[in-house]
Order: sequence, then structure tokens, then C-alpha cells
Amino acid sequence: MSYGAYFLLAVLEGTVLAFVLAVTALGLSLVFGVMRVVNVAHGEFFMLGGVIAWWVSSTVGGMPLLGFVLALIVAPLFVGGIALVTDWLILRRIDYDPESTIVATIGLLYIIQEATLVLYGPEARSVEAPYYFRVQFPWFGYSGYKLIVAGISAALLLATWLVLTRTSLGLYMRATQYDQETAQAFGISVRRIYATVFALGAALAAIAGVLVVPIQQAHYLMGHDPLLLSFIVVIIGGLGSLGGTLVAAFVIGISDGVISVFFSPTLAKILATLLVALVLVFRPTGLFGAREP
Amino acid sequence: MIRASAAARWGVPVGVIVALALAQFVLPDYHHTNLARIMVLATFAVGYNIAFGYTGLLSLGHAMFFAAGLYGAGMTAQFLHFPAATAFVVGVTGGLALAFIVGLIALRTTGVSFLIVTLMFAQAVYLTTLYLNNVTRGDEGFVLAPESRQLNLGGMALALSDPDVRYNCALLLFALCFLLSIFLLRSPIGRVLIAVRENEPRTQMLGYNTFGYKLLALTISGTLSGMSGAAYALLFAYVGSTFASTQFSIYPLLWVLLGGAGTLVGPLIGTALMFYLVDFSSGITSSYMIAVGIILVVLIIAFPKGIIGTLRHAWSGARP
Repeated sequence: MSYGAYFLLAVLEGTVLAFVLAVTALGLSLVFGVMRVVNVAHGEFFMLGGVIAWWVSSTVGGMPLLGFVLALIVAPLFVGGIALVTDWLILRRIDYDPESTIVATIGLLYIIQEATLVLYGPEARSVEAPYYFRVQFPWFGYSGYKLIVAGISAALLLATWLVLTRTSLGLYMRATQYDQETAQAFGISVRRIYATVFALGAALAAIAGVLVVPIQQAHYLMGHDPLLLSFIVVIIGGLGSLGGTLVAAFVIGISDGVISVFFSPTLAKILATLLVALVLVFRPTGLFGAREP
Repeated sequence: MIRASAAARWGVPVGVIVALALAQFVLPDYHHTNLARIMVLATFAVGYNIAFGYTGLLSLGHAMFFAAGLYGAGMTAQFLHFPAATAFVVGVTGGLALAFIVGLIALRTTGVSFLIVTLMFAQAVYLTTLYLNNVTRGDEGFVLAPESRQLNLGGMALALSDPDVRYNCALLLFALCFLLSIFLLRSPIGRVLIAVRENEPRTQMLGYNTFGYKLLALTISGTLSGMSGAAYALLFAYVGSTFASTQFSIYPLLWVLLGGAGTLVGPLIGTALMFYLVDFSSGITSSYMIAVGIILVVLIIAFPKGIIGTLRHAWSGARP
């Protein structure tokens, strides 16, 4: 295989990763944008999505397509429910204080992770892809399922954007993000919006988890990397800026793919984390985000 | 402010140190070793408390300072065959230098951004220890050779692997750092640090260079963390990437929160309780980290002041 073919493969892998990453990071970004809190347990919602996908597909058995579709419904509902309980039981009680929320969600991270370890076990398990077909390039064949992942992710991103810009729920969310007190004065139940946004963010992460398990295996520690990458994407893209998040997801996803293929994945992560730290210090609104007033 | 008498001011800290010194004669072997470990880790917590409890700097990256001490001392002792005392100094200097540099950059941010910046720097340090795994041996780590764990005191060679030597080294380290932190926090500098925690803009308005004070607090905090790491490598002979991971940045936060942030004895109490809790629950289940998670959540919701803070509040009754 020639150098160019490797590069094409790297870009292709990076693009698929970028779509999944965009969905995951969008959830984190929504929560940060509207509620001004950082959810450290976001990666665990992603992991739960993957584990539920395995559980559904092994329950259904032998019908990967049915299992896949069911998982796409069950996982976001279940994980969204956990997020609602979290909001009600924890976040509301600490009044969404930014620093306390981080400490509390670190606690939640360990609770979810360890509970999964007990109930699901330490094994990495693979989930059968709903479709098998290969897209044949002149140099290599490429798994068709990965293209389906990209398609579903793109549809989700579009749907989220439509909800945000075209529905009254989206309007309430944007109003709360813009000015929480004025929104409340106009009769928007900020409390309910917070709960909805938190559940929505968690559901997006769960769907990303469902999409990814036919590509990588479901494991109770699989939430770690998506959390780190989502952090990186949300910060580089500008905290709370959705457009910036999308652009950053592609920049980070594709460059991660390329650096990982040609150099070492660890080196790619070291560079990315340092970049994030420096961006936060010197360009707090992100590289692609709009400047705050 | 009414000055309390010297007995009241130094009674509790000196009492704690004397109690720790006496404990070695009565404790069975198992708890003897545990307490030595707790004292080294409590030094880490004391360091963290200076930044978080007193200055209000919520850092999620203190593992990098601990790791700087751990690797600084461990690698020079193992590969360059430095004597233990020199290796310790290298480790502490590493913690100090890293804290100063990270402080210069990270303290330009505040609140959540500061937290993420420190987290990212620590993550970069952790990944570096993995990346250089042909030297550090990554997650697996390495065990220090016995000959590099000799402390030469005026011609007398003390083996740091000997339980009694180890216990008293840990005690000496903890006592020094504990008293140093009390001394610092009761000095005028300490008052300014508390003022920064309570209201930074107002402190700034009063003419204090708050950036300088925060940098000082973070550097001292990182130095104590580095001391703890260097001592851990030399006393317990193991150096590995786990000690640089995010979990080791969360631990000091948990210890300090549990004991009581901004209290003097809190870090020691929190470390000891958490150590035995993890020790106890890991005997029952392999997923003992769930205890850590539950305690973090319960603490932040119900007892944000920790054990000592809550007790102190109950003690003082209605008084503000």
C-alpha cells in the first residue's frame, strides 16, 4: 500500500471518529453552554450506551439489525433517565455550583464505572454490526458500517441543530443559556430546562456509545478516552459554542486519526492535552468560538 | 483578633505528632506499615490543603507534583545511583519547579478553567510517563533496588526498608510539613491567602498582588506534594504511572474534603479514614472505588466542610 493510501485510510478513520466525537462532545457542550457546569461523568454515559447495546443485542440474539435499532431507542432513554435522577438527586441540591458539580460528577463517574464492573464484568465484549458490506477502494476495502455510523451521526447533529433553532424547547434552552434570570422572568422553568438539557446531553453520549461498539468493544473503562477527547473538542471549539464544537470535532478527530496512524497515539494525546491547556489560558473563548461580549 | 495562648495554639498539632510518635510502640506490624504510608500520603494532603483549603485553588492536577517527586527521586536513585538524601532533594526540586512553571501558566485562569488546565497538564505528565515506557516501564513501574535505599547519617547507614526507620522517616517528614504549613498559615502571608480564597478582587483592591500570593501558595503546595512523592518512592520502593494518573489528583481532594478543607488536622484525618475505608472495602469487593464515588457525592451534598469543619461548626454553636 502506498503512502497516499495510508493517508486516505487515516483520514477516513479520522472522519468516522470525528462524527462520533462530535455527537459525544455536543452533549457535553450543550450541558456546559446552558447549565454552565462541567459533567465529568459524561464519558460514563457514553460507556453505558455501549454496554446497553451489548446487552440488548445479546438479549435479542441473532438479529443484529433489530438489536441495533432497539439499542438506539433503549440506551438514550435509560441513560437519559439516569441523568434526570442525577440532576434531581445531586445537581439540584448543590445548586449547580460549578466547582461542586465537578467534584460530585467525579463521584458519579466512579459509581457508574464500578457498578458496571460489578454487573457487567471486566471483559471487553464485541457487538455484531447490523450490516456487513465492504466499500471497495482501489487499495483497500472499507467497512460499510463505519459509513452508516457517520450517516447516523450527521443526522443526529442536524436534528439537534433543528431542535435548538426551530422548536420552542430550543428557544427556551437558548434563552436560558443567554440570560438565566430573564428567562425565568419570562416564565421559563429554568429548573425543567436544566433537567432536560442534562438528560439530552447524556442521551447523545449514550447514542454515540451504541454507534461505536460494533467498531470497538464494549468495556467498563471505555468512557475514559471519549471524555478526554470531548473535553479537548469543547474547549478548543470554545466553551458553550456549538458551531465551534463541530469544527473542533473534525479538526481533532481527523488530526488524531492521522497522527495515530503515522506516529504514536500517546504522543497525539500529549500534544492535544497541552494544546487544550494553552488554549484555555491564552484564548479562553476557544480557537473557533465567537468572542464573548 | 484575640491571640490565643501558645498552649492553645500549638496544643493540638504537637499532641497529634506526639500521638503518632507513640503509636509505633503499640501498633501491630500491619497497621505500623499502614500508618507510615498514611503519614507520607497525609503530607501530600497537607500540601493540597494549602492550595485548595486555604487559598481556594481547586486543582485537579496535583498528581503531577507528586509524580515529579516520585520519578525525580526514584529514577535518580535507580538509574544514576544517587544516594537517598540527594535523590530526595532532586525529587523535591522537581515538584517545586513544576509547580512554579505550571502556576505561572495556569494561574492566569480561575475557577473551572483553572481546574481543567491543571487536569490537562497532569494528564500530559501522566501520558509522558507512559510514552517513555522503556525507561519508566509505564503502568508496570519499577521497584527500587535495596542498595539505593540507604540513608547515610554521619557514617551510619540506615536501611529505609527497615520498618522502624521507615516509620520514623515518614513521621519526621509529616511533622516537618505539618508544622511548616501551620506556621505559614498563621503568618501574615497565610492571612492573605485566606483573604484571596474569600474574596480575590477585594484583596487585590487592598493592594495585594494576589497573583504572586497564589503562585507562592501553589509552589509551596507542589513542593510538599513533591516531598511526599519523593519520600514514597524511597520508603516504599515502588515507582509507577498509576501515581501520576487522574485518580491520584482526585485522592488528595477527597482526603482534604473528607477531613475538612481549610482545617489543620483535617488532611491527616481524611487520609487515614479513606485509607482504611479503601483497605476494608477492597477486602470485600474488587470495585472498592465505588466507596470513593459515594463518599465524594455525599460529602459535596451534605458535608462540604468535612469532618473537622462540621465538628468545629457544631462546637462553636451559634457563634459565627
